[in-house]
Amino acid sequence: MKKLILLLTATVLIAQQRPDIIGQIVGTQKATIAIADMRGAGRAAEQTAVVNSTIFRDIEDAAIFKMAPKSMYPLKVPQRPQDFRKPLQYDPNNRNADPWLMDWSEPPVNAEYLAFGYTAEQDGQLVLFGWLFNVRQPDAAAAQVIGKLYFGPMDETGARKVAHEFAADILKQFGVESLAGSKVYYVSNRSGHKEIWSMDYDGGNQKQVTSYSTITTMPSVSPDATRLAFTSWTSNGPQILVHSLETLRRIPFYNPRAGVNQNASYTPDGKQMVFSSSVSGYSQLYIANADGSNLKRITQTRVVEVEPKVNPKTGNDIVFVSGRSGVSPQLYRMNIEGADVQRLTTGEGQATNPSWNPQGTHVAFAWTRGYDPGNFNIFVMDVATGNYVQLTSGAGRNENPTWAPDGKHIVFASDRGGRMQIWSMLADGTQLRQLTSSGINEKPVWSK
Amino acid sequence: MTTKRSSTALAIALSLSFFAVGCKKKVPAPPPPPPPPAKVDTPAPKAPVARPIIRFFTAEPTSIERGQASSLKWEVVGADSASINQGIGSIGAGANIAGNRSVFPSSTTTYTLTARNAGGEASESVTVNVTAPPAKPAPTPAPAKASFSEVIARDINDAFFDFDKSDLREDARNTLTQNADKLKAIFRDYPNGSLTLEGHADERGSAEYNLGLGDRRAIAAKEFLTQLGVPADRLRTLSYGKERPQCTDNNEGCWQKNRRVHFTGQ
Repeated sequence: MKKLILLLTATVLIAQQRPDIIGQIVGTQKATIAIADMRGAGRAAEQTAVVNSTIFRDIEDAAIFKMAPKSMYPLKVPQRPQDFRKPLQYDPNNRNADPWLMDWSEPPVNAEYLAFGYTAEQDGQLVLFGWLFNVRQPDAAAAQVIGKLYFGPMDETGARKVAHEFAADILKQFGVESLAGSKVYYVSNRSGHKEIWSMDYDGGNQKQVTSYSTITTMPSVSPDATRLAFTSWTSNGPQILVHSLETLRRIPFYNPRAGVNQNASYTPDGKQMVFSSSVSGYSQLYIANADGSNLKRITQTRVVEVEPKVNPKTGNDIVFVSGRSGVSPQLYRMNIEGADVQRLTTGEGQATNPSWNPQGTHVAFAWTRGYDPGNFNIFVMDVATGNYVQLTSGAGRNENPTWAPDGKHIVFASDRGGRMQIWSMLADGTQLRQLTSSGINEKPVWSK
Repeated sequence: MTTKRSSTALAIALSLSFFAVGCKKKVPAPPPPPPPPAKVDTPAPKAPVARPIIRFFTAEPTSIERGQASSLKWEVVGADSASINQGIGSIGAGANIAGNRSVFPSSTTTYTLTARNAGGEASESVTVNVTAPPAKPAPTPAPAKASFSEVIARDINDAFFDFDKSDLREDARNTLTQNADKLKAIFRDYPNGSLTLEGHADERGSAEYNLGLGDRRAIAAKEFLTQLGVPADRLRTLSYGKERPQCTDNNEGCWQKNRRVHFTGQ
């Protein structure tokens, strides 16, 4: 009975917390945008499907618009501004009339903005002519927000490039940095060994980054996206290695003499690294310069402590995972000196894989609370209040959430489709997208 | 200048001597030297000395396998000195020299004994034939000795753990106690062998936490073995966390198999 009441209370709590927490993150007020499918001339026609799906997805993923449903779009789709002809009197039922702004601003579309254009071949290159109109304006001249040309190679890469750039320009009008240039680093076994791989945020352009042919895992990217730290099994056991993402070569990192050095994570200035090392015989938390010099111990316990993550805004708070309560590992926070320790999770289940959002207010993590050991789900906690919401449920094991640079998206690993794969979602749990499908893929980190 | 003058002088001397020879043709030859004085009243001259006699010089046996010995024997009469070549050297002097010596030639060798005295010398030779030993059945003795890593894999058992725990259960302590006894004996047979204690975890915890947990399990097993007298410098710990499970099913039977410290020999 007591359990039932607790459960009910918890359900009510989640129901109450949900809009608060997620509202802060993803926002609620949204303009409606329509994105007209483009057509292409000549060889450009072959690339229009990629162009259209890429633009639509970039805009939808940014989560700052309500997407007008495509089924409501008018039949007369403009390709150029001059296609709009102001009628003497607007009649939505006149099928012979020229395209007009009110086709889009009036019901059933009800959009505020319309993106349209076309693609063509010019000197062997792919050209996208893109426009963004505010369709609530009285005439076409006043409506134009963007009118621009985008160039790329005449292939699928070029199609993605011009589409990403057009979408990024649209998002910039609304103060949002596009995710299109961002990268996801992750672990894949598709070469036969676990290695670090990278891909575009939408799953395109998947590339192998490391080739150590042992076990290479737990990637972490410096805030300026110039360095990649990870853990690899060397002749000394699992140790931290660092690569330059500019030269793609290994750069020095001096590991402490320990059986395990892992979970490297940069401070916001990129000058230091926190990590877990078993120098003392127990995995404990340390801070050092980015090359491993000037090592200092932060925690002093005789239990396993892993996954330190420094608050990217304050540079002072650390969230981490520890078994110090005597129960299964839980989430804790402390300051960078190791003082003011506070447990964040309730003590139930196992809590692991914390990740700060870029604003330094919320932590996404994996927790088995309410489930059997090993059945992790993704949660988000407002660190100031301790309130949390559960983002995944009833769909396999879900772990290693990390935030996108926009602070609204989360990339994570899930075996909901059978094997562990990389997925992304909006931080309210919607807009789920599977990004990988080859081999087993895990431990994603989203870098700018 | 000097050379020219001396060659001129030589030419003059030569031509002068030419004239001299031509002119002195009639000069008588010088007288022969006087005969030696006759020896009278001296003892009769000694009888000529006989050469030494080598009674025998033998090798027994004359045919050996490499690494075996052959015995040289000799008897020499009336030698002032006697020696054998091939680095053996002098074998003595006197009216009667007898002796023997063992030799270990690595290939067919001819030994020559030479005896000398005032009357001359005598020599005898013997040849010791050396054959290669028959090919042995390889350096591997009859029962092949197992390698260190094979012995470890065969005799040393895994220690198992509870979920999310690194302390040693009673069954793990019993296993490790038996392992310690066996290891002490094994290290006597394999003085250069060393062990890796691999710490493993089941799939349910996070990879990050399990790496720390596997490390603790390996360290706990190492400390226990060390307390039982297994030398610590032969033991190395290595955590794999949940990266190298020996069983991948999704049930407790399988998870228990993976929560272990496993031993490998190097």
